[in-house]
Amino acid sequence: MHELGIVFHVIKTIEQVGEEQHLQNVASVTLEVGQVSGVIPHELESCWDWAVKRTELMPTASLKVETIPAVTHCNGCGQEYATVPQGRVCPHCGSEHTWLLRGSEVSIKEIEAR
Amino acid sequence: MERYKIIEVKESVFASNDREAERVRRQLKAEKTFLLNLMSSPGSGKTTTLLRTIETLKEHLNIGVMEADIDSDVDAEKIAAAGVKSIQLHTGGMCHLDAGMTEQGLKEIGTDDLDLVVLENVGNLVCPAEFDTGAVKNAMILSVPEGHDKPLKYPLIFTVCDALIINKTDVLPYFDFDMGKVVEYAHMRNPKLKIFPLSAKTGEGVEAWCDWLRCQVKAWNEA
Repeated sequence: MHELGIVFHVIKTIEQVGEEQHLQNVASVTLEVGQVSGVIPHELESCWDWAVKRTELMPTASLKVETIPAVTHCNGCGQEYATVPQGRVCPHCGSEHTWLLRGSEVSIKEIEAR
Repeated sequence: MERYKIIEVKESVFASNDREAERVRRQLKAEKTFLLNLMSSPGSGKTTTLLRTIETLKEHLNIGVMEADIDSDVDAEKIAAAGVKSIQLHTGGMCHLDAGMTEQGLKEIGTDDLDLVVLENVGNLVCPAEFDTGAVKNAMILSVPEGHDKPLKYPLIFTVCDALIINKTDVLPYFDFDMGKVVEYAHMRNPKLKIFPLSAKTGEGVEAWCDWLRCQVKAWNEA
């Protein structure tokens, strides 16, 4: 259950922000989830309510997920392409020497709080 | 009543764990203890490899083992029988260890008199790769029956590791495992990766792996 670990880390970070900024309540949390991060938004949602209910700062906070499209850079021809559905092999030149530019990140974008 | 406002956080979910991991490493440095994070799939021969490693290194180093594999009561017994300090970590059913859990484990095992602590991570090639445990070096075991295409299927773990053990070389004749390909694929993901083909069963190749580990421990604990 990888997503539960991620939710715990999100809560921990927001609790730190809450302490620093003297927040009383968090109404929503927006996450940016890379398309190929391996994190399944539906799985995040399924453990979110259970996990936040146990906190003082954010017991009813809602979860918003924004997907970041994955982009790969090709060392062979220098072009960029959408990782999904091409994958590892460059559709322009057929090279396998490719690197993921973005799409693997999981980050907290913003929160709505008072 | 105060109104709700938008507060930008802009922080990776892994950032707080990364900070904790840095703290764990600073502590280890101060105590002259080397922590190795050992990852693999279930059934790759992690415990057998660890026993061989302990056998080879225990004359030179004081070793401790932290077991996190979910089904590892038997493993812990075998490790204890090898005569080194070992504890069972509690992952709370989680698929990986993070820096906080590792820190608790290090406190429990007591690192004062230990030169090398091996963290046997949960048997899984996906989740443990994403969380920095605070280890000084990361290693993974891939076994011949798992196939040479694993660096293509699980790229991240090959990227975060410093060393790759290819275990069960004694069964190479019975599998379509291409050693050249696995080295090529792994180096494509991580050109600096050190690769050690070995058989924990027969002992072949174990020496090279143990030499590497001993050098790493020495460099960390002396610097």
